[in-house]
Amino acid sequence: MENRLFVCSSPHLRDNVSTRRIMLDVIIALIPATIAGIIFFGMRSALVVVATVAASVLTEYIMRKGLGRGQTISDLSAAVTGLLLALNLPPSIPIWIAVVGAVIATGLIKQLFGGLGQNFMNPALGARAILTVSWARWMTEWTDPLFVDAVSTATVDAVSTATPLGVLKEGGASTFSYLDMFLGNVPGCIGETSALAILLGLAYLLFRRVISWHIPTFFVGTVALSTWILGPGGVFTGDPLYHVLSGGLLIGAVFMATDYATCPMTRKGRIIYAIGCGALTVLFRLYGSMAEGVSFAILLMNIVTPMIDRYTVPVAFGGEKHVE
Amino acid sequence: MTDKKRNVFKVLTNGFMKENPVLKLVLGTCPSLAVTTMAKNGIGMGIAATFVLLGSNIVISLIRKIVPDKVRIPVFITVIAGFTTIVEMLLHAYLPDIYKELGIYIPLIVVNCIILARAEMFACKNTVGMSILDALGMGGGFTIALLIMGSIREILGAGTWFGITLTKNLFDPAVIMVLPAGGFLVYGFVVAAVQKFSTLNIRNKEIAAGCGMSCAGCVANDNGGDKA
Repeated sequence: MENRLFVCSSPHLRDNVSTRRIMLDVIIALIPATIAGIIFFGMRSALVVVATVAASVLTEYIMRKGLGRGQTISDLSAAVTGLLLALNLPPSIPIWIAVVGAVIATGLIKQLFGGLGQNFMNPALGARAILTVSWARWMTEWTDPLFVDAVSTATVDAVSTATPLGVLKEGGASTFSYLDMFLGNVPGCIGETSALAILLGLAYLLFRRVISWHIPTFFVGTVALSTWILGPGGVFTGDPLYHVLSGGLLIGAVFMATDYATCPMTRKGRIIYAIGCGALTVLFRLYGSMAEGVSFAILLMNIVTPMIDRYTVPVAFGGEKHVE
Repeated sequence: MTDKKRNVFKVLTNGFMKENPVLKLVLGTCPSLAVTTMAKNGIGMGIAATFVLLGSNIVISLIRKIVPDKVRIPVFITVIAGFTTIVEMLLHAYLPDIYKELGIYIPLIVVNCIILARAEMFACKNTVGMSILDALGMGGGFTIALLIMGSIREILGAGTWFGITLTKNLFDPAVIMVLPAGGFLVYGFVVAAVQKFSTLNIRNKEIAAGCGMSCAGCVANDNGGDKA
């Protein structure tokens, strides 16, 4: 009886939303992209997914055990990190590099900084950046999807080829149709090529209210607008649709940039953050040495996030300045 | 006599573990991060800095009584700069490979905080003999730290050790390890490991001395230790 009365600080009203439920929603939203990756790049991509998820969860378990903290693998955040990392790797990546990436993501970037919610950058993207710098050869080797009607693919398992952005970087004319790019029938990372699958995921996340629409909209909008303005043949000659559909922009804008721990808290802050991500992406894509710049753009804005938060503190009700 | 011997030993070994300049005092981080892309460069930098430290400690200890307190820092820097110039010329003449690899970091030994710190904290207060021992200990600790970091970064980042290929068919080296970001990573892990092992050491000693969970005794011990 004496336990019926207890005192605690606010909030007193609680929703039944839990970390586990949100992470499960993210996994559900990622399923279309994963399936699209397996359809277009074959069972090898499924192997990469299984390897990174298993390595990520195992790393989380060992790290929590070793650090003497409570187990957190049941909140599914390690599985999400592993899945996101796999979707950001090329299908032909050696499995051991994918596993090293998962260990870096969960062990180094997430757990060493204090675990879920304490990481200063998105673990999957941070790991991807480290892998890109370390093993550039493996991280930029792309394979054609299975449904490309090229003659060479009939006899050889994997043929190195160029992504839509890579073609653009070389200054060549693109041979990819918008429909193929929308469906995902182009070379690229496992989960990034199919815009359709990612949009399905986005719709689910918005429906479940896991994320708000601000970051994806302003991120993609900034990229579309600036690639249109900064076209190759002068002002307003760019091809915004090509830039939006190619590379990791959509998966980055929907799943990476919206990570709770590393994006600003207020609506105003999120809009600033998303525009920054978009501007940096365009800067890296058009003027950088690498073809793709989404991951580095998001990582840089992750680092700036605490500063954005500091300058976008909302005014408390009644705390407005006195009107003359 | 035994007391003096113990003191000599303490001064000599201080720089290796208890007050390792790089791994414990976090001094001289700039050269530690910049030149440790290869084990060879780490050793080269360590020996060059040890030589400068030895020379500057001897001279500063000799002139410590005639240098006015107010201008001691400029005087120290001038002495250190003199020895750095000697090292630079010697390396340029006899070890041009190392000279080329270390580049700007040789003249930057002048502003290496380990050397100024030892001049200010030790050499200007102690005899020449002790200052020599201190320079050897600190320089040795610096060299060992650079060797450890250089070895880890070279093996993981280039697959070689002192230029000998080790991991030819084992794994593709992770290039990030020889880039600045890898330097910070390795530095963090090495410092953490050293910290872990040195606290283990202290705990074992306490247990050996018979802790008995009487914390008051430990506090008294700590105070005694500080005075000694």
